[in-house]
Amino acid sequence: MTQTLYEKIWDSHIITKQNKSSLLYVDRHFIHEVTSPQAFDGLRLNRRHVRRPDLTIATVDHNVPTVDRSLPILDQTSKIQINTLENNCREFGITIFGMQSEYQGIVHVIGPQLGITLPGTTIVCGDSHTSTHGAFGALAFGIGTSDVEHVLATQTIWTQKSKSFKIIINGKQNSAITAKDIILFIIRTIGTSGGTGTVIEYTGDVVKNFSMEQRMTICNMSIEAGARAGLIAPDEKTFDYLRNKKYTPANYESLVDLWKLNLHSDKNATFDKEININISRITPQVSWGTNPSMVSDVTSIIPYPKQYSKNDPNKLEEAKNALKYMGLKPGTPITDISIDRVFIGSCTNARLEDLIDAAKIVEGNKVSSHVKAIIVPGSQMVKKQAENLGLHKIFKRANFEWRESGCSMCLGMNDDFLLPGERCASTSNRNFEGRQGTGGRTHLVSPIMAAAAALYGHFVDVRELMSNDN
Amino acid sequence: MTIESVNFIRSIITPLNKSNVDTDQIIPKQFLKLISKTGFGKYLFYNWRFDSNGKKITKFVLNDQIYKNSKILVTRDNFGCGSSREHAVWALIDYGFKVIIAPSFADIFYENCFKNRLLPIITTDKVINKLITFKSKMEINLSSQTIKINSDLINFEIDAIKKQNILDGLDYIGLTFKYKSKIEDYEKNSNVPSIL
Repeated sequence: MTQTLYEKIWDSHIITKQNKSSLLYVDRHFIHEVTSPQAFDGLRLNRRHVRRPDLTIATVDHNVPTVDRSLPILDQTSKIQINTLENNCREFGITIFGMQSEYQGIVHVIGPQLGITLPGTTIVCGDSHTSTHGAFGALAFGIGTSDVEHVLATQTIWTQKSKSFKIIINGKQNSAITAKDIILFIIRTIGTSGGTGTVIEYTGDVVKNFSMEQRMTICNMSIEAGARAGLIAPDEKTFDYLRNKKYTPANYESLVDLWKLNLHSDKNATFDKEININISRITPQVSWGTNPSMVSDVTSIIPYPKQYSKNDPNKLEEAKNALKYMGLKPGTPITDISIDRVFIGSCTNARLEDLIDAAKIVEGNKVSSHVKAIIVPGSQMVKKQAENLGLHKIFKRANFEWRESGCSMCLGMNDDFLLPGERCASTSNRNFEGRQGTGGRTHLVSPIMAAAAALYGHFVDVRELMSNDN
Repeated sequence: MTIESVNFIRSIITPLNKSNVDTDQIIPKQFLKLISKTGFGKYLFYNWRFDSNGKKITKFVLNDQIYKNSKILVTRDNFGCGSSREHAVWALIDYGFKVIIAPSFADIFYENCFKNRLLPIITTDKVINKLITFKSKMEINLSSQTIKINSDLINFEIDAIKKQNILDGLDYIGLTFKYKSKIEDYEKNSNVPSIL
């Protein structure tokens, strides 16, 4: 019988079945300060312990300040949440990378960087962007706090098998077209619920040629299409990436041999759903609305709600509301949209390659005088690597602020948020109303598009700045 | 007098006529810093209910006094999309909702509902169109898996264990402990090493 990669990982982790639900073993569990306190309370209330503290890793990312780590946290509620996680980890014997750790960072950035994320494993975290780890051929998905408690207590999770969805990405990739543009294009094509109830496996030449960091960007935003997880079959790039990291297992090479044999969808495996995406003709993508499927080409205009909705009354209303919230008029060229803020960061786009690419656009230029731009590296390790390359100097000279690592303005739980009416070019993953700050207006773009927008004060077709290579 | 248990709900409908309502709208991020499960109701749909001065936005449906004691929220496609925050479910329950009816739900939100005995019912667009304009009280019977409006009975599907959990409030962790020896066997045979 032929099987998909998803089915192979699923089957190899089943402890037992009951009706439609299966109890799966969890190989790796990540926790952070926002979605874990109530889970630990539940354990205490029922006098339960953490079954496998050695399979759980904690860090603080959502709430942490990014300005100066030597100063105390001013926001008392953030401080309580961070202290609560530290106390819980101490009480239950879990390793934590706290505020001062050289390994602190966004949980989905540090997992792979530390070699904790491994192919063929199951990975969960109380965070929807856990799908990121699927880039390594791991079955990784976000869970709620009740399930966090369940995993802490049992190292397993009750869940139902999703349908399988294969997205084949082919075509010629222009260097100005990043993984971010491609995933935005995919979400625009299939919609925010196009992947609901499925696990997406990405294949095709474009995916094969992607770096690991590009693969992470693609898998990261699978959840924005509604998918439970994104998945990419591991190859030599995957194995190389995870070799010689801090937590790479001692038996790594023998694991690699096994993974090479097993971790791929069989040749004739059948998927419940399948689509082809050709990227040869896509342009840099810019979101204009309040969900990640509301996206235009940079060469295009803000759509007219009537055209956009294609006679669907709900969609029509949605588009009108979105334009009202965003303060945009139909027919406006995307490149005429002025911005106030730029955020380069988040678990989608704050890895070293993202910063290298952005720095190439920024080098020798200045941020537009009316724009406030920040760079928030995804982890302390990314920050250090970037500084070793001198990227921080390029950004600082251009008047970008160079920050400490964390989720920061992706969701604005710390001090980094938009003020009402402010418009931001952001490399994050969600343009929901108020996501980056109440009343704030988010446009999702790639790191190079965000960097270019910072310099010009409005969106520009970044391809024009990269005319020498094609 | 009708006794309203989780099994039987009789209530008017709060119509939220929007698709893709994300969990950032259900409970905005500034309220995620609480470390308990209670007290989120007053922040439900905060940015839609209140303006920047904290004043009620009268045209938002939850601010209409008619719906004050409603236990049923009827909405459109892909409800609960985005962030995995279970706080969204805690806020809906704390506010007083016991049932959410939509044509589809986001996967993580749907799972989170059951863990907290909030009943998510999936039904057709046609039924939703009917419900969203229905002004009188409707009835939901979980045992028989039916929605009743006027004299119309409409069936809905729900997984047996999930149904049992809404009715009885299962201790999932306690249930899983029954499989302890199977979990131990799995661990013995696993070649995935400990992280540390």
